[in-house]
Amino acid sequence: MGRIIIDPVTRIEGHLKIEAVVEDGEVKEARSSGTLFRGIELILRNRDPRDAQRITQRICGVCPTSHSMAAALALDSAFGIADKIPDNGRVMRNLILGAAHIADHILHFYHLTALDYVDVTQIARYEGSSSALNSIRKFIERGELGPFIPRYEGDYRLPDRANQEAIAHYVEALNMRRKAQEMLAIFGGKMPHNCAIVPGGVTEIPTVDKITSFLWRLNELRGFIDNTYIPDVLAIAKVYTDYLEIGGGCGNLLSYGSYDLDGREADLTKRERLFKQGAVSAELNLDEFNPSNIAEQVKHSWYADSSNGRRPTEGETIPQAEKAEAYSWIKSPRYGAKVYEVGPLARVMASYASGSPKVQELVDHVLSELKATPTSLFSVLGRHAARALETKFVADAMPGWLLELKPGEPAYIESTVPEEATGMGLVEAARGALGHWIEIKQGRIANYQCVVPTTWNASPRDDSEQPGPIEQAITGVKIRDETNPFEIVRIVRSFDPCLACAVHLVTSKGRKLGEVDIL
Amino acid sequence: MGGSVIEYPVIWLQCATCTGCSVSVLNSVSPSIKNVLIDEVIPGKHINLRFQATIMAGAGDMVIEEMEETWQNKKGSYVLVVEGAIPTAGDGAYGSIGEKDGKVVSMLSRVESLGRDASATIALGTCAAFGGIAAATPNPSQCLSVGRIFKLYNIATPLINIPGCPPHPDWFVGTLASVLLQGLPEPRDLDEHKRPKAFFAQLIHENCPRRAYFDEGKFAKRFGEPGCLNELGCKGPVTYADCPLRRWNGGVSWCIGAASPCIGCTEPGFPDLLSPFYQKLTEVALPSIGQSPRGGV
Repeated sequence: MGRIIIDPVTRIEGHLKIEAVVEDGEVKEARSSGTLFRGIELILRNRDPRDAQRITQRICGVCPTSHSMAAALALDSAFGIADKIPDNGRVMRNLILGAAHIADHILHFYHLTALDYVDVTQIARYEGSSSALNSIRKFIERGELGPFIPRYEGDYRLPDRANQEAIAHYVEALNMRRKAQEMLAIFGGKMPHNCAIVPGGVTEIPTVDKITSFLWRLNELRGFIDNTYIPDVLAIAKVYTDYLEIGGGCGNLLSYGSYDLDGREADLTKRERLFKQGAVSAELNLDEFNPSNIAEQVKHSWYADSSNGRRPTEGETIPQAEKAEAYSWIKSPRYGAKVYEVGPLARVMASYASGSPKVQELVDHVLSELKATPTSLFSVLGRHAARALETKFVADAMPGWLLELKPGEPAYIESTVPEEATGMGLVEAARGALGHWIEIKQGRIANYQCVVPTTWNASPRDDSEQPGPIEQAITGVKIRDETNPFEIVRIVRSFDPCLACAVHLVTSKGRKLGEVDIL
Repeated sequence: MGGSVIEYPVIWLQCATCTGCSVSVLNSVSPSIKNVLIDEVIPGKHINLRFQATIMAGAGDMVIEEMEETWQNKKGSYVLVVEGAIPTAGDGAYGSIGEKDGKVVSMLSRVESLGRDASATIALGTCAAFGGIAAATPNPSQCLSVGRIFKLYNIATPLINIPGCPPHPDWFVGTLASVLLQGLPEPRDLDEHKRPKAFFAQLIHENCPRRAYFDEGKFAKRFGEPGCLNELGCKGPVTYADCPLRRWNGGVSWCIGAASPCIGCTEPGFPDLLSPFYQKLTEVALPSIGQSPRGGV
């Protein structure tokens, strides 16, 4: 029996450690832990509630836009203006969030994922005329190959030509994700950490020149998504076919929905959204979403049992380092006491199951290309395919939103900070369902709780010993070579983990993580 | 240039960070991030990025070994970049870089040891430079800036602070290029907070396109109105950075360009002394215009 420890897992956001017990070449048990503490929820206390959307963005520099949206929605509701946001504000928020999604997904596929499937060193043999590839060949000839070496070895399968194209696209994608962030900044001011999204709408007023400038960056990105990103995902899927079969996980998917298409409905569970809301089963049945089904369990997390089973509205974070059965700083959010995966797959399948014709067409096209069934999307490559498809789905919706903007008209409605109020903000970050809950007392933040995507996906075992989605996805997988455990990192990265988000609080016990025999 | 290329090894440690500094540096336009990492960013000179957790190919033991090997074999010749503040509570227990031989490699231990043997250290972003968000009240993990860690452990390695939440990519790439071209900055090139004067010599307020409104006494009362943003909480009058001239994300906009007040993210007191962000400057605990707020950790 062997034990594989990967610490740090790189090419993700934040600090993640994965441990797997391997027997006869198969993972019997897997555990994930995070090891950074900042305690942003504690930092938020006693501050001016309006500062929440600036400070919560600093939870994560990869997905700050989603945090600003979740915070703004929570504040809109606490300030009593959730149904009064001017359409310009609602639409610009959607455009800012959409730009972030496009940038994030391109970054994730090309820069966080591709190096698991694509071989940079093969460019040493490149003889063509691409200046990008020739500059990489020169780089290799110089002999200092950081940050591309060291790496796991022994399973790069793409044919030379396809591999070269993928490397050229890695470089092109660096420019594309940058342009997507520039597009975001047109209305958002800057990225990372936009300054335009505020409770009440957006600080900026749209102008024709900004709309046009946004549109033509968007058009360039749409060309890249259609002609490069989606074909590259398919090309990899056709060679690494076994990854359509492994890494399935828990089989339950949860989506809060995202991109408000209606500004007059205050209740976020009733608001019409581009991405549909709901809980999807492995059989693709869609159930209505009810936020009161969310509760966080802490049996295997280093938190006091007195905080167990709380809904986020009454959530508490009481660290307890000396807890025998605990092995993670991440809590275990559960929906109706069941394990749920969040992320692009959940969003796409919720829309697919709800009968959205555009999403069904996109999914069916990919399935026929791969000669696969909808349930095979519950896999490593299924997640990557869903991510690529929803990038197109959002990007294709955005030109219409741009035309809805009314140049020169307000995007913001004034409000005052109430003495006492509560608010909930539900949105979809690139990597999954994101919720913020705020409680205001005496005009200040009394309590702030964030339940973030990676808390769902990287959660430890819960009260009834059900492992979290990533743990389940790794368990049972055959490891070809324990010194180069490609299978594990490919599965983990398919979830696009974001640890800065997931780990809100750890204590000094974190130090012991590597020293205690926790398996 | 062929064989005459000089390699500059760089170790980039991410500590108590949101990774926003890394993401911002990826946004560098000219040179692009590809130019910075693959090409000779200055003719004859190549940045050899040995350790950077967000983009490097490897994982686990092998990357920790790569970091340790660079530290041991390139003493005095590698540049250390630190992103994020350093958690010091519990002797550094609150944050780890990874594991070596089953033992946690804490952020604190590596900023100390790698910092001591580096040719120079760049504290990238306000958290690394001054403590920033991670060290905001009540500073739950007792985060400190790189400068404070260096003082605590008597480390004399030259330190350059490049604050910003996040820092502008030009501030980082420009500083790196100036080290490659001209060597380490002279004391006169840095301000009292060790920020390069090339980027941080003037107040936002001095170069603000809304300055004329301020001089005329015309103030916006709500978002979207014309006028100086002073009454909406703008911290431009106490914040040193060249954002109004440089602008962000390929020059498309910047905070005040989006009609949103400056929150003072390059200052040592960020965020505690610069907030509430939407409260007028005179109503927050700050000195008068032009005086940089003290504080930070």
